[in-house]
Parts: sequence; structure tokens; C-alpha cells
Amino acid sequence: MEFTIDWYFIIEKLLLISAVLGISLVVAMYSTWGERKVAAWIQDRRGPNRAGPFGLLQPLADGGKLFFKEEIIPSSANRFLFIMGPSLAMFTACLTSAVIPWGDTLTIAGREVSLQIADINIGVLWIMMVVGMGVYGIMIGGWASNNKFSLLAACRGASQVISYELPMGLALIALFMISGSLSLKDIVEQQREGVWFVLLQPIGFLIFLICSFAETNRTPFDLPEAENELNGGYHLEYSSMKLGFYLFAEYINMFISSVLMATLYFGGYAFPFMDKLGIDGNWLTVLGIGALFLKTLFFIFFFMWVRWTIPRFRYDQLMKLGWKVLIPLALLNMLITGAWILFRENGFNF
Amino acid sequence: MQSLTNRAKPVDRRPMTFAEKLYLPAIAKGMGITLKHLFKKKATVNYPEETRPFSPVFRGLHILNRDEMGRERCTACGLCAVACPAEAITMEAAERLPGEEHLYREEKYAARYEINMLRCIFCGFCEEACPKQAVYMSETFAPANYQRKGFIYGKEDMLIPHPQKQIKENNQ
Repeated sequence: MEFTIDWYFIIEKLLLISAVLGISLVVAMYSTWGERKVAAWIQDRRGPNRAGPFGLLQPLADGGKLFFKEEIIPSSANRFLFIMGPSLAMFTACLTSAVIPWGDTLTIAGREVSLQIADINIGVLWIMMVVGMGVYGIMIGGWASNNKFSLLAACRGASQVISYELPMGLALIALFMISGSLSLKDIVEQQREGVWFVLLQPIGFLIFLICSFAETNRTPFDLPEAENELNGGYHLEYSSMKLGFYLFAEYINMFISSVLMATLYFGGYAFPFMDKLGIDGNWLTVLGIGALFLKTLFFIFFFMWVRWTIPRFRYDQLMKLGWKVLIPLALLNMLITGAWILFRENGFNF
Repeated sequence: MQSLTNRAKPVDRRPMTFAEKLYLPAIAKGMGITLKHLFKKKATVNYPEETRPFSPVFRGLHILNRDEMGRERCTACGLCAVACPAEAITMEAAERLPGEEHLYREEKYAARYEINMLRCIFCGFCEEACPKQAVYMSETFAPANYQRKGFIYGKEDMLIPHPQKQIKENNQ
């Protein structure tokens, strides 16, 4: 038997992978700039405005600075794991984007090119898996530093992510009961034909939103970082670009979470009346990508807006919120959704 | 107890109601406040490009004045050095020689006149003490240098430009 390799397919996927990776990195880079601008504006300041017009070269300056800083590995640290921590954090952060549909199909030279790297039928499961692995970066880094604050942060990070993955998963189950599919592409296509799932699952969305804050270690749930009690937490001993990797991974995670929220609950690349505009093909796809990015940018802004509004939770409050409020609420949401589906399909004829 | 101001509020220690325990309305309220601040006028002055206006009596770095013919006014009497509480001013006097009348107004002048800007406390007593209106304080206020000796300002740093020479140079 002869194998034929579809070279166009490989080139197409390689290009798509590089594009998605590049876009995630650039968005993460400019999120640092955006974060500082939003912080400044909320505090009636101007924010970075020296490097380039509007301070737009600031991320490059920051990155350059991080590269040139002295690299310190503490003598009592486990060298292998110390280096593995940030690498793993960065690796898992970049992995999630593989299953996200960035747009509909483009037609280039007679070929239909899907703007999704891998349309696997367990897309959301993949994301949950990668997010669960993301905490290993924090745990390994915190443990390998051989520092009590880092270790405390690692413990906090691990238990926080485990606690908040449960309500997140339960909130998503209610969503899948409606969509009947785990493939992100299917979920978006259903929202394109019907209504956005946020209208059907408002409580589910709220739970998912709160959990994403906890999963990405953003304020008000940035307890593994906790600069004023744990001194920076898991990245306390890190310097140079290894620190940069940790900070960068957080911003990539934030970007991916925003894309995910837009995709799961706000229609992804679909926008209202998109099939009634009278345009189709490549232009509609481009518009769709624009819509997805607009939604994503809003959520990124929302992440920042919350960070500069709400103070950090205490650890017991965090656990109480996760286990005593969000999980029962998610279960209740599941129950209501199930009842609603049953009622819609069968009426009262059980 | 009598309150000091009429803005004092009693502490509310009642247990939170269910609506308060939801936290979300309070969070939304807080987000509203931060959103309002997002669009407010910024308090920052973009310093090197923009400067805050000073009051007319601002006391910045010193200048040494000339008279209308461009002659140095300072006669090295030393009253500024005596008045200086920080002992930042030193000077050496010299006698004006014949033929130098176009350079110095009085028969005695300061050959060397130094102010240590690291010692100076910008009180303005030198300006007040000067009987010849020779030393004034300008609106420049941020000296910067890599070395300490750069902060000892000599005559060449403080003397204002010669009025007539300056006009000639500008015309050229």
C-alpha cells in the first residue's frame, strides 16, 4: 500500500499553527501594555507613554530588559525542575489554542481552509485537561525554588485550581446538555443558527467567568502570587526571562480564557444577522474573525477592569466561595437546565 | 461622644442581608466607580514637555545679573555668603584694572563665585541680602549631574548672557 502525503494540508496547518501562536504571543505582549494603561486610567494616571507613540514600544522594552537581566538559580534549588516550571507554564498556556475555532472556512485557490487547528470532538475536554496541567508550572516552580513562600504559593495554586475546576466543569456540563456536542466548532455553529448560549445559560456563564478568574490566577483570586503576603509567591526566586515566562503565561492564559468565553457563550466568530448581510465566503469569515477578536478584547479588558477594582480574597473566603457557593449553584443550574430540556421536548408527559 | 465633624457616620454592625451577601451588586457598583475614573481627566503633568506654572516668587537655581550695559553687577561684598544659612556660597574678590570698566560695574568684582547646589537650601536669603541686585533666583529647579563637582556652580554657569553680545549673535 502506498502512502500519499497531502503536502498542502501540512503547509496549511503549519502556517495556521504559526499564525495562532504568533497572535497569542503578540496579544499577550500587548496585554501587558494594556494592563498598565487600564490600571493607570482607573487610577487617574496616564500609564506608559515614553517608549514610542502612546508607549506602544513598552512591551519590547520590557522584554529586552528581561532578556538582559542576570539569571539567578538559587544554590539550594533543584536546577532541572527550576527550569522546567516556567517552561511548562508557557507550554501549557500555548497548547490550549489548538482547538479554538478562530473563524469559519477560508477558500484559498479552490481549497477549503478551516481556521481551526484541530476540530476534535472532545475540544472542551482538551481545554479542561490543559488548564488542569497548567497548574503544574506553578507547583513545580514553587516547589523547586526551595523557599517557604514559594512552597506556600504552590500549595495554594494547586488547591485553588482543583477547587475551581469542579464548578467550571459542572457549569460546562449544563452547556453541553444544550449543545449536545463537545466540539467547539459545533457549539459555535449552533449559536450561529440559534441564540448565544449566554442567554440560555446566564448562571452557567457567571460561574464560568468567576472560575476563569481563579484558573488564570487573576485578582481577586491571585492568591498564589499574593505580593503582599507571599512576596510574589511561586515566582519569588525567579529572575530574568524565566520570570518573564511566568508573567507571559498568565497573559496568554487570560487571552485564551477570553477567547473561550467568547466562543462558548457569546457566539465565537458568529455575530447577529451575519447570514442576512448578503455577503459570504472569505469576507464573511474575515468579519467573523474580527467579531471574535472584538469579543475577546472586551473580556481581556474586563479581566483588567476587575483586577483594578476588587481587592484580593482571603484564602478561606476563596475556598468557601468555591465549595459552598459555586458548586451547589452549578449543580442547581444543571438541574434546572435538565428540567427545562425535558419540559421542552416532552411537555409534562414524563 | 461629640463628633469632631458633621461627616461622622455610625458603624453599621447589623448582619448582612441576603442581597448584600450576594456581593455582585456591590461589585457592580465598584466597577461602575472605576469605569467612571477611566474617563476622568488625568492628574499627571507630562513633565519634560509640560511644566506646572510657578508662582512669581519661586526660588530656583541662582543667576548672576548684569546691568543694562552688560557689566557684572556683583561687587564681591560677601553679604550673600554671610546670609547663607547653609554656607553654600564662596567667592574671591579682585580689583578692577584700568580698561576693564566695560566688564565690571564696580571697582571690586568677584573673580571666583561659587554656589554648591547640593548645600543650597533655596531659602533666598542671598537674593535678599544682595545690595547690588546681582544675585537672583530663577525658575529652573532641577540640576542633574553625574558627579558631585558638577553641582558646584561657578560664574560661567550662573552669569546671564551679555545683553548686547546676545543680540549680535542672534542677528548673525
